[in-house]
Amino acid sequence: MLPRVIEFRIDRRSGVSTYLQIVQQVKQALRLGLLTPGDRLPTTREVVEAIAVNPNTVNKAYRELEHEGLAEGRRGVGTFITASLGSEAGGRETPLRGELAEWMDRALGAGLGIEDIDALYQDVRRDRQS
Amino acid sequence: MLTASGLGRRFGQVWALRDCSFTLPEGRVSALVGPNGAGKSTLLWVAAGLLSPSEGSLRVSGEPVPGRIHPDVAFLAQSRPLYSDFTVAETLRAGEKLNDRWSAEYARETLSLLSGVAPERKVRHLSAGERTQVALAVALGRLPKLLLLDEPLSDLDPLARDETLRILMTDVAERGTTVLVSSHLLTDLAPVCDHLILLDRGRLQLAGEVEETLQAHRVLVGPAATAEPATERLIESTRTGRQAVLLARGVDAVPDGWTATVPELEQLVLSYLRAARASARQ
Repeated sequence: MLPRVIEFRIDRRSGVSTYLQIVQQVKQALRLGLLTPGDRLPTTREVVEAIAVNPNTVNKAYRELEHEGLAEGRRGVGTFITASLGSEAGGRETPLRGELAEWMDRALGAGLGIEDIDALYQDVRRDRQS
Repeated sequence: MLTASGLGRRFGQVWALRDCSFTLPEGRVSALVGPNGAGKSTLLWVAAGLLSPSEGSLRVSGEPVPGRIHPDVAFLAQSRPLYSDFTVAETLRAGEKLNDRWSAEYARETLSLLSGVAPERKVRHLSAGERTQVALAVALGRLPKLLLLDEPLSDLDPLARDETLRILMTDVAERGTTVLVSSHLLTDLAPVCDHLILLDRGRLQLAGEVEETLQAHRVLVGPAATAEPATERLIESTRTGRQAVLLARGVDAVPDGWTATVPELEQLVLSYLRAARASARQ
């Protein structure tokens, strides 16, 4: 049997739906390089044996990952990671990150607290999404 | 898998369940929730074929429920009926004798997955939680297509609760079992259910797939002074001097100054229950 590469944790109080938490944890593991192309995700049975979640929820999360082109289901074998995440532009030591760090210094310098900064960032992000 | 149409059950003059129509599709795990006295147990007893409907009908796999338990159905009653003089092993052997379809291996496997109920122990000496675990093993040994569980978690400690849910979910993953599970505590079931049936005093308040149902609703927060957003159905609204908070179904456009978010399951259930109480008082 292949070694288990990832274990999911579900935060019941986060308000984020369970399937989305699984999707996000896979993406986070991809960004951190903990999951790489070729890795097999745990089977639905393995997931529900370890944490009490609905198997349909796990399937839905895996389908979403397939839809986003990050994973591929192979019948009778499992779901495998097919892509890596974390674009070059978003990594450490990149101009974008440097600019954000400068901006955050300015925000802190202007007397904003961390929560104010988070709220500001989320507000701008919402504007850009809509 | 399970279809109710106009289902009602009366005890004397009192309707324990009335006008219930819903469909539970195959392979779903449905949380049957509602306050005490909502009619949850009555619905499960009717589905198990142990009570007959006073009106309307209930069908399992398209067939009316016979006046006894359907071979494809297993039922864990709230009283966990087991013979107290039997040992755990004898209980499983009885399950084998009493059922046409029975997997001794599966029942034993289910029992061994749980934290240690020794086969030689007498049922009368088991704790409430252990009785539940044995009764669940007997229910799963029938290899049901539809599993009816009445408050299966109520007398379990947190560890046994988690183990029980994991066993149930493994069964759903392996065999595609349809599950209808009641609880007056939604918190227990929220992570495992993908379908919801909400009852209050015998009436169906809400039934459907969890994600679809949540996505059909919005929590709207906005200034109390402005006109309320147009909605298909307003479930609940609360106001302070400045702010209005609405929970509504079918929200098309969100006016300026208002925010709309998808509600959480518990929030939605509570709003529906409060709305049902408020309309009953009028």
